[in-house]
Parts: sequence; C-alpha cells; structure tokens
Amino acid sequence: MNPRLSRRTAAKGLATALAAPLALGACARDKTDHPTSVTRAQIDEAMRTPTEITFWTWVPGIEQEIALFEQAYPAIKVNLVNAGQGASHYAKLRTALRAINGAPDVAQLEFQMIQSFAITDDLLDLRPYAMEGLEDRFVDFAWSQSTGTGGEIWAIPQDTGPMGMLYRTDIFEAHGIEVPETWDDFAAAAEALHEADPEVFLTNLAPSQGAFFAAMLWQAGSDPFAGSDGADLRVDLTSETASKVAAYWGDLAGRGLVSTDADFNDQWYQALNRGKYATWVAPAWAPTFLTTAAASTSGKWRVAPLPQWDAGAPPVSSNWGGSTSAVMATTDKEIPAAVFAQFINTDRESTETMAFDQFLYPPTTALLEDPEFTGQELEFYGGQEVNGLFAEISDTVSPDFQWSPFQDQVYADFTETVGTAFTQRTDAVAAMGEWQDRITEYAEYQGFEVTES
Amino acid sequence: MTATATAHKTRTGAPERRGRPNRSGRAGYLFVAPFMIVFAALFLVPLVYAAYFSFFREQLVGGTVFVGFENYTRAFGDAELWTGIGRVGLFFLIQVPFMLVAALFFALALDTGLVRLGRFVRLSIFVPYAVPGVIAALMWGYLYGPDFGPFAQLAEKVGASAPDFLGADLMLGSIANIVFWEFTGYNMVILFAALRAVPSELYEAAAVDGAGPWRTAWSIKIPALRGALMVCLIFSVIGSFQLFNEPNLLQGLAPTVIDSSYTPNLYAYNLAFVGQEYNYAAAVSFILGLVILVGSYVFMFLTNRRSRS
Repeated sequence: MNPRLSRRTAAKGLATALAAPLALGACARDKTDHPTSVTRAQIDEAMRTPTEITFWTWVPGIEQEIALFEQAYPAIKVNLVNAGQGASHYAKLRTALRAINGAPDVAQLEFQMIQSFAITDDLLDLRPYAMEGLEDRFVDFAWSQSTGTGGEIWAIPQDTGPMGMLYRTDIFEAHGIEVPETWDDFAAAAEALHEADPEVFLTNLAPSQGAFFAAMLWQAGSDPFAGSDGADLRVDLTSETASKVAAYWGDLAGRGLVSTDADFNDQWYQALNRGKYATWVAPAWAPTFLTTAAASTSGKWRVAPLPQWDAGAPPVSSNWGGSTSAVMATTDKEIPAAVFAQFINTDRESTETMAFDQFLYPPTTALLEDPEFTGQELEFYGGQEVNGLFAEISDTVSPDFQWSPFQDQVYADFTETVGTAFTQRTDAVAAMGEWQDRITEYAEYQGFEVTES
Repeated sequence: MTATATAHKTRTGAPERRGRPNRSGRAGYLFVAPFMIVFAALFLVPLVYAAYFSFFREQLVGGTVFVGFENYTRAFGDAELWTGIGRVGLFFLIQVPFMLVAALFFALALDTGLVRLGRFVRLSIFVPYAVPGVIAALMWGYLYGPDFGPFAQLAEKVGASAPDFLGADLMLGSIANIVFWEFTGYNMVILFAALRAVPSELYEAAAVDGAGPWRTAWSIKIPALRGALMVCLIFSVIGSFQLFNEPNLLQGLAPTVIDSSYTPNLYAYNLAFVGQEYNYAAAVSFILGLVILVGSYVFMFLTNRRSRS
C-alpha cells in the first residue's frame, strides 16, 4: 500500500465532502434553468420519444389514470412511487430535492404546500407548457391556489375540499335540534345538545388540525398571509376577523360544549362510530372518507352547507385539503412531466375516473356541472345528492386566500399555541398573538422581511 | 490459572512468527477492511458531514452562510432543547432502575432452573421486544385511550374515572411503562446469557461452603453480572436520551401534550423536517450526542471507582 497515494485519496474525499453543502446550495439555485418557451412541434416530438418519468403520489388507484395517459402517449412510461402520505411524503420529497438525486419528475402536492415548495425553487413553472384554456377548466379558488403571485403556474389542481357540514340526523332528531345555518345557531345548538346529553358533543375541535382552523379563517374573510411575496412576508393573525374566529371556537371549547380530541386516530374513528360527535365540519372529501371510517353509521348522516357568520349575506365557504400535481424543478424531462400533470387532471376520462372511482372531489367545472356527477345519490347519506350540494358550495368558495411559504411550520406552531389553548381552555385570542409571534420569529430567522399588521 | 497458562503459551510461541510481520499485518487489514469501509461510509462520513454542516446556516431566503459556532451558542441557550434533555434525564432516572431490577430478577429466577416452563416464561418476557415499536405504541395508545380504552371502560363500570394516561401529568410515566414493557425482556436476555457463562465450579465451591440459593445469588451471580449490567446500563442511557419512537407515535393521540420538542431527538427531527432548519438540527444532534457521551462516561467512571474501593 502506498501511504502517499492513500493520503491523497483521503484528502480528495474529504475535500469533496467539505464542498458538498456548498455544491448543494449552488445547485439549488441552478434548478431554474429550463426553457421559457416551447413550441407545439417540440412538445409533439418529446411526446413521441421514449421516456420514463417518475410520479410520487399516495392516491390509491391512480394506476388507472396513468394507464389512460400511457395509452394516449405510448412512448412515455410512468413509474409510480408511493412515498408515504402527507408529512412523510413531503419529508422524503424535500430530502430527494435537496440531494438533487432521486427526486420524482412529478409529485402530488396539497394546495397549502405549493408556496412552501415554490419558495425553495423546487417547482417548475408550467406556463411554457400550458395547454390552451387551461385556466378556464378549473374553479377559481383551485386555480388561484395553484398559481404564484407573478402568474406562475406551479401545479395542476387534482381535487378540492370545499367546506360543508356533515351531521347525524338521528342525534339531531332525538334532541330536537335544528340544522344550524349560522355560527350563532351552531353555538346555541352546541349548548342545547350538551345539556340534553353530556356524553355527546355537537362537534369535535381537533387541536392539531391547523388545516381546519385555516378553513375557518378563510371563510370568515381573514387572509393572514395576504400580500406576501417572495422574501417579503406579511402576517396578520390578530386582525378583528381572525380574533373573532379564535374567540368563537375558544369559547365553545372553554365551556366544554365541543370536545377537543385529536383527529384521524383510532380514538377518533371510534368516537365517530359511537356517535360522540353530532357533526363533522368538513370538506367535500369527507363524505367518502366517512363511508369507510365510520361504516357502522351508514344512513344516519346528512350534509348541510357550512354555517354562516352573516345570515343575510350570500353564503361563503372555504377549502380544506385537496391536491395538485406539480412538476419538480430538478427534472430534465420537462415536457413529458408537464404534459402528464395536465393530462391526468384535465382529460375527460381521467377526471371522470378520479371522480367516480376514486371519489376525489373534482376541481374541473366540466364535472361540477355534469348532472351525472352532481345527481349521484349516496346511500350512506340516506340517498342525498351530496356531490351536487358540494358543487353549489364550491361556487361560494372565496379565491382570496394565500398560504405561507412554510405552511408545515405554521401548522406546527398552531398546535402549540392556539390548539393548546383549546385543550387547556385558556385564552384563544391571546394564543393567536403568540402564534403570530412564533411565525414572525421563525420567518425572520429564515431570512424573510416580516411585516406584522 | 488456566487463563494465564494459555497466555504464557501463546507468548512463548510468538517469536517464531516475527520473521514475517508484514504479511500477517496486511492480512489483518484485509480482514477488517469490509467492516472499516462500511463503518467509514455509513458512520464516519455522515458524522463528519453533519459536523461540518452544523457550522453553516441555510435560510429559505438568502442562501447559505458560514456561521461558526452560532448554531451551538443558540442551542446552549435554547430552553426547548434543555427542557427536553431534562425530561429524558428524568425518564432515565425513573424508568431504568425499575427496568433493570425487574430484568435482573427475572434472569436470576430463570437461572435457578426452579421456574416451571422456564423456556416458555423466558420467551414470553422477551416477546414484547420482538413486537415492532410502532405496533407497541399503537397498542398502548388504545389501552390508554380516555374514551374507549379498556382502563377507561373498566373505571366507568365501577363508577370511577380512570386517570388520564395521555394527559400532561402522566404522559412521561405512560411512555416509561411502554418502554419498560418493551425492553425488560431484552435486558433480561443479556443478563441471563451472562449468568449461563458463570463457571459451574464457582457454584460447586459455594455449595461446599454451605451457601444457599439467596447467598449464591448475592455473592456470586450478581458480582458476575457486573459487566453485563454495565452494558445494559449504557444501552439504557443511550435509549433514554434518544427516546423518539414512542413519543412520536403517541403525539397523534395527544398533540398538545407531546409538543415538537418533547424529547431532544423529536426536536431535532422536527427542526429538520418541519422547520427546514437542517444546520441547527445537526448542531442539536451533536449536543445530544455529547450529553449521551458524558452521561455514559460518568456512569462508567462511577461504577469503576466503586468497584475499586
């Protein structure tokens, strides 16, 4: 063994290791090197060239839509990877994107995560690849959530979650409670129900469900991150409207009129099955979810619109959840990836399969106006035309709601401030201030210029 | 005596090989090479990389800058980190003595050979260790459940209310109980194996001297287990301070009790994967590693000193 050689190799290895983070940083800035305009001919040629693309999603049964795409473009092969659901999917995606290696070409992103991946330059702007009239195919609020402040198209909407209210008609009837139309009615009903049966709660307010609370803010007209753009972050969680929402739920939780159990765990499923909660204030994907999660309660549920703040005004709703398909900036197969993201979410047969077989609530106007879809009678809901009701609600969702560029952190801070105030029955409005402080501190640490209002 | 005799024999045999020390040296390197390569690639390089990484600060806006020890000074003043370290320290002090005493008791009881169905009992105590941590936490999560858990149901039947196992006051105890259930069998197997290695001459000598089973356990078995107990203790220090799985899974049931910095490991994970503060997470991990190193060393030092005096 030559000691000099080995020392030199070791030094080289060390140098590579030392340079790595800087290299990563440099590459991260280079990811934006993509064509700014693409011709029809280039697209056609790329779609005829044998290519493999990778798609990360957790949507069950998505193989059907992939098959339709591969049928339409036989040269392109799509490799499907399920990298986990929600947080674990994003953690792996971030790791792969940082490594520049192993990241997918197309990935599922929920609406609230789009800005969080756009800020790190991880998304490909799809404008050069957009088909004609793409924007007009989608409902406004879904489109506005998928685009950037500079008009960038970050993702193609796949499904949405306009908010409504699922309720147990048997519990309501047993205690003579009317379906609440306003939040005032809702609070009164919570009190009446709790008096009638202390074991049953009108609803459950999950302390770690920042997404639900965001939907509540959205409906009330609070848009806490409105005006944020790039390094300029605006945050307003102490506005009159935001305080009103926090005070309302804080009061219900404080008086013990709603339960504050964590959701989407076994406890919660059992509680739904055993009738601990008389309503679930939830979005359009909830009806299908409940069919399996609370199978034993079939026929007892109905759906109503979301209670309103102002009885006289036209109804307003908001959105919770729903997903998009986004193309990663690390891809070198921009055209097939961009065409794929658009195809599965716009092709007639593909979107129908999603709506009818996978029960994803559609963001496309074509399906929302399709009587075959809206007129579906769901047995679980006593034959109610649930899709039709949510299609009406979908029309009333305000398109004005902006997500922060680090939404997972915002949700984590929510749980530790406002969510904790709900469970410990402390001042929820004060907790909103604390939430805002934490966000500000974090954002400043991450290099944002923060404007609090 | 036998041991020293063999040592002498090898030592006297050694000079014969002195003529070609190079070849045997090379062969030795070859034998350890597979291990060293994997060790370097999967342990040393990531460690060095993480250490290097912890001297930078990468922001969502503004890129990466070298910050020297800034991440470390921040960590030393980070109340959330030290609360977490204090919490797992408390966990260690309460949980580990119970677990090791129980493991010692079971190992000694099984070693007497008087326990009926010895193999079956040994396996039963060990089985929880074979249950994946995820399943264990889910199972205990159900048992602890405040509404529909069996304890809660039982309490309701007799008209009492079960303690809130998942509440802020009892959570650490509930986690300790899960860890106790999982790892007692594991420690028992280590101790039991060490007991099997005690030469039977010692027992015979003790019997000749008139020692009963209790005296044998106290004067022969437990001293013979010192090394194995040390191993168990060091594993427990590491396990306690790196507590992650159980709180991470119970977080889904009690998100406002187990916050993102409940244990230092959970904190580092959340810093990296929720807050994208990778550099700071690396610094926090290093400080945690340092705490574990110091903790392990202190225990070894204390036990060594005691045994000498």
